Amino acid sequence: MTVELPSDTVSIGREIKLARRRRRLTFARRLFSHPSFLVGFVILVLFTMTALLADVLAPYEPTKINYRFILAPPSAEFWCGTDAYGRDVLSRIIYGTRVSLRIGVFVVVMTGILGTLLGTLASYVKWLDGLIMRSLDGLMAFPGVLLAIALAAALGPSEINAIIALTVTFTPRTARIVRASVIVVQGMQFIESAHAVGAGHGRIIFRYILANALSPLIVQLTFVFAVSIVAEAILSFLGVGPPPPAPSLGNIIAEGRSNIQEAWWIAVFPGLVIAVAVLGLNLMGDGLRDILDPRHSGARDKT
Amino acid sequence: MIRFLVYRLLSAIPVLFVVSLVTFLIMWLVPGDISAEIGGVDATPEDLAAIRERLGLDRPLLERALNWYAALLQGDLGQSYTLNRSVLGAVLERLPVTLSLAGIALVLATAMGMLLGILAAVRHNTLLDQGAMVTALVGLSIPDFWFGIVMIILFGVWLGWLPTGGFVAFSESPVDWARSMTLPAFTLAITQMGVIARMTRSAMLDVLSQDYIRTARAKGMRARAVIFRHGLRNAMIPIITVVGVLSGVLLSGAVVIETVFSLPGVGRLIIGAIQRRDFPIIQGGLLITACVFVFVNILVDIAYAWFDPRGRDDS
Repeated sequence: MTVELPSDTVSIGREIKLARRRRRLTFARRLFSHPSFLVGFVILVLFTMTALLADVLAPYEPTKINYRFILAPPSAEFWCGTDAYGRDVLSRIIYGTRVSLRIGVFVVVMTGILGTLLGTLASYVKWLDGLIMRSLDGLMAFPGVLLAIALAAALGPSEINAIIALTVTFTPRTARIVRASVIVVQGMQFIESAHAVGAGHGRIIFRYILANALSPLIVQLTFVFAVSIVAEAILSFLGVGPPPPAPSLGNIIAEGRSNIQEAWWIAVFPGLVIAVAVLGLNLMGDGLRDILDPRHSGARDKT
Repeated sequence: MIRFLVYRLLSAIPVLFVVSLVTFLIMWLVPGDISAEIGGVDATPEDLAAIRERLGLDRPLLERALNWYAALLQGDLGQSYTLNRSVLGAVLERLPVTLSLAGIALVLATAMGMLLGILAAVRHNTLLDQGAMVTALVGLSIPDFWFGIVMIILFGVWLGWLPTGGFVAFSESPVDWARSMTLPAFTLAITQMGVIARMTRSAMLDVLSQDYIRTARAKGMRARAVIFRHGLRNAMIPIITVVGVLSGVLLSGAVVIETVFSLPGVGRLIIGAIQRRDFPIIQGGLLITACVFVFVNILVDIAYAWFDPRGRDDS
């Protein structure tokens, strides 16, 4: 005898799927109708495109030395002027955005993974909690990017070392945020009911807890992206970031500092690009937070 | 309050332990042979062995760590490789410049930020509010070291009002000292006031919507008194928290800004040491700055407990 499935079951399944899609759609619509998110998103897209299309966009070779045009001011030929070696500053900026983007993306990914791992571990394994949190407190006791500067100095100037140094610096706060939100979600009733229906630890952690603790993490990672771009510039400016002659926004500014009396354009333009990119990410982060976490608005930490 | 103080001071111990451990391990991260760098290209293998022995690099890591802690507890941070003097002396000599720069910037940033935040909250949802918040956000997004360079170009190179860098001690000439500190302090303050402005605004908005503010207004109190006496005083706690966070940002900001403005602080010392690969100085500078920050955080927590008696005893 065959069991007839009530036609309702199928349509209920479809209903749920549709409802989920609708919810995603309204979420996206709400995000993109939020003015600061939208502006920030456009800036980020432009920045990313600049980095990806550097080969097409840059008018000159970024490392090509041309002694006929040393320290030429901005003109129709060289929009952002040239530096002490006659290299086109605009082309160097365009290629420099690649370094910022690469470092930003890697730091965000690694900070996200490590922060989630440590934060979840601390909130789940009681005897590890104290150890992990005290260690993170210790790392956070180094003010600002000072730890990153020292780490990069010890490891040596390179892109990978900059990524490692910045990840170590930004993971503690991220892990703290994850731990705090996981603890809140852990106490909620639907977790209890998930345990009751026999869901395993792995399923509960990934499907229920982390999924519901995701919002603060996403907001935090947007800000980590912004701070990473600035921090990369600081490391390169101080000479412990990715080394020249390959351009990065920070080492162009450092060259500009040495030629500050006669050529303002070398330092000014790359900094403007950093400021706009960071502004975009900050706007995106603010927008995301407004929508994901309506209770929290206003100030934030700048780390 | 006493219990709180004792608890807070004791809780700094594990933090300081981790800080010193990390500082020690940074040295161990350095790839390659440090003795070869110190000895230079002409050094014979015997010279290198002698250097390693003098620095204790031939010992196992654990023994080096124990020695590091033993020396640390006696206030000995080791000898500089290149300056021919003790690390502690070199760092402490430079510390006042960094602290005064960060301190002045903190006062300026707090004053300007609170003013901006209060204006924005009182004129909520007006053009003034939006203008203040845009200013705050733009300030937050500008890299401070770059803004310093722009300030030098503007006020030093083009207008010629202030020096483009360099430092004059306060004891030598207070006027020249002020002239050399103006640009760096304002650079830091303008880029950081946004955090305070945003926090002040949201805290003030929270407080101003409370019933007791309405009561104060209803009983005919002057608007200014309502805002400052009832509003601001109750909004102080979140603002103090942000000032605490900011002190760390400004401390590390000062370190970077010193390089831009050629100020002889701990930051310049560390950056110079990085170029000379003088690791004890890097370690010492890092450790002392972190200790200052830990100490500032304790002060902030005490201020916090002072303003809000609720959190004092149940920590």
